[in-house]
Amino acid sequence: MSTNNPGLTRTPLRRFLDYAVLSVLAFIFALPVLYLFLGSLKPSDEVLNGLSGFLPTHLSFDNYTAVLDSLNSDSTGYFWRFMGVSLLVAFVVVTGGLFVNSMAAYGLSRLKWRGRNAVFSLVLLLMLVPFESVAVPLFYMFNDQRNTLYILALPFIANAFSVYQFHTFFRSIPPSIEEAARIDGAGPWRTFFAIIVPMSKPAFASVAILTFLIQWGSFLWPVLMVSDPSVRPLPLEMSVFQAQLPPDWGQILAFGVLLVLPVLVVFAFFQRWFVQGVASSAVKG
Amino acid sequence: MKSVEPAPAAPHAREQAPPVTADEPARPARSVRKNRDWLHGLLMSAPAVVGLIAFVGIPFGYAVVLSFYNVRLGSPLEPTFFGLEQYRRLFTDPDLSGPFLRALLNNLTFAVVVVPVQTGLALGLAILLNRKLKAIGVFRSLFFMPVVFPMALVAVIWRLILARSDQGMLNSALDAVSFGNWGAFDWLGDSATAMASIIVLSIWQGVGFQMVILLAGLQQIPGELYEAASLDRAGRWQQFRNVTLPGIRGTLVFVAMLTSVLSFRVFDQVYVLIDGGGLNEDAARTVMYQAVTTAFDQNNVGQAAAITVVFFLIVVALTIVQRRVVRPDNED
Repeated sequence: MSTNNPGLTRTPLRRFLDYAVLSVLAFIFALPVLYLFLGSLKPSDEVLNGLSGFLPTHLSFDNYTAVLDSLNSDSTGYFWRFMGVSLLVAFVVVTGGLFVNSMAAYGLSRLKWRGRNAVFSLVLLLMLVPFESVAVPLFYMFNDQRNTLYILALPFIANAFSVYQFHTFFRSIPPSIEEAARIDGAGPWRTFFAIIVPMSKPAFASVAILTFLIQWGSFLWPVLMVSDPSVRPLPLEMSVFQAQLPPDWGQILAFGVLLVLPVLVVFAFFQRWFVQGVASSAVKG
Repeated sequence: MKSVEPAPAAPHAREQAPPVTADEPARPARSVRKNRDWLHGLLMSAPAVVGLIAFVGIPFGYAVVLSFYNVRLGSPLEPTFFGLEQYRRLFTDPDLSGPFLRALLNNLTFAVVVVPVQTGLALGLAILLNRKLKAIGVFRSLFFMPVVFPMALVAVIWRLILARSDQGMLNSALDAVSFGNWGAFDWLGDSATAMASIIVLSIWQGVGFQMVILLAGLQQIPGELYEAASLDRAGRWQQFRNVTLPGIRGTLVFVAMLTSVLSFRVFDQVYVLIDGGGLNEDAARTVMYQAVTTAFDQNNVGQAAAITVVFFLIVVALTIVQRRVVRPDNED
């Protein structure tokens, strides 16, 4: 049994070397993250201070309270409002997207109707169009809608890649399950919502997490559409906040931690689905 | 768990079932249902398909149309038909083509370096992490973690690491290593290192993504192949060449092509670091940066649309190449 994987036939020395190499690499890789968290807890003049930026001295949460205090007026915008905008937009894109895209994938994979192949081909074709190549015309088309909340979310709800991911998953469900439901008299809608959705939790989880991750970091669209601090999402404010003169490094890093914390929490709790969603989409594709 | 979940739905279904099956013979019922499938299928896919047409299909066609016009935002003049003038300007106009061609070149440099380096690094990490060691999961998460970091934040962290002051992290590390012989260097501001800086921070953020895909590919290689190889007394390098590489060839090509498409979309980190980070604008501008500044700062929507179309043609060309390269692998 121990011979069917090269990883199991290792001498203690080899294993030690593996750990050593991995630990050194992981340490180098984690340095920027370490620097972010340490710096956010240090007085600003000690952050950009050579290698002593890594020394855990004078730690406090002062930078965090300072961020909340300095971003607390109409001219600068309110920190909790940036956070609220980001959360709300992500929530709408994720839940709306799960609903709309899974439903479409079901209609395109499990119901047989003339024209569905043509429609699915269209979805696959639109999947090839990156958002970047439609950003400029969208910016022009919706120019009178700038600085509104809904325009931040609307273009991202329908998502060809999510439809594709659900499509792949639904196709793997054995037809007998649906047939049983249908013989019991359930129509396609009831079959979908009462039977297919509950048994497709892994697909919903991985699409939701991937969508949330991408949406949380969304930057290009807000750059084009938002100038008013009251509808500015967090990543865009990160860019504005770091460009202040003179830069207050402790506060900038504290802001950064607050920006990344929600995704890190999601990552920590749903890591398995996270990685599965990323990997399966690629290996199957 | 799966067998438990559908249960609550069953009673409802059963309540409705008798009238339908009792009144009608099986065959007509089925054909009626099939006819309705057409309607249901269309209704179910409609919201997403309409959304995709409205926010991807139409704007894409509109980009092509806009690129043939002289359109400016906020201009009192009516848009005028421009033919291929926007494209001619982008490529040959001595005043306008400079920044655009520079952006193309920068983007190409970025892609040519990032695709092999990031894919190779990701493969190395994936092989290192494809082992049954204790705590291997912790290592995998560590290398994947930067992927969840918003690019705007990654740019800011690296702005500090690469800071030009002698107190910058990299500068002081080099100073310590060289026993004080290293002078402070302006990594982001110097035209020679600006693009290299963007490349390094982009690879740091993105390599975990490729690593996870390759790891999944590695785990699909049957262990018996390695067993057979070691029975044949194949060394580690031979195992890598004759088992690992052929086994993940498809995944590897996919990852390389995905990375090349992604590398033409570079925008966030460049924008953040030019806007207040002291990044050398000319040495680091990318195609998307050029499109956004042309549309947003100069209000020149027509020309920005033309840049967008060129960008799309590059991405499509890369996608077609990807199909060509992957196809022979799929056929056998």
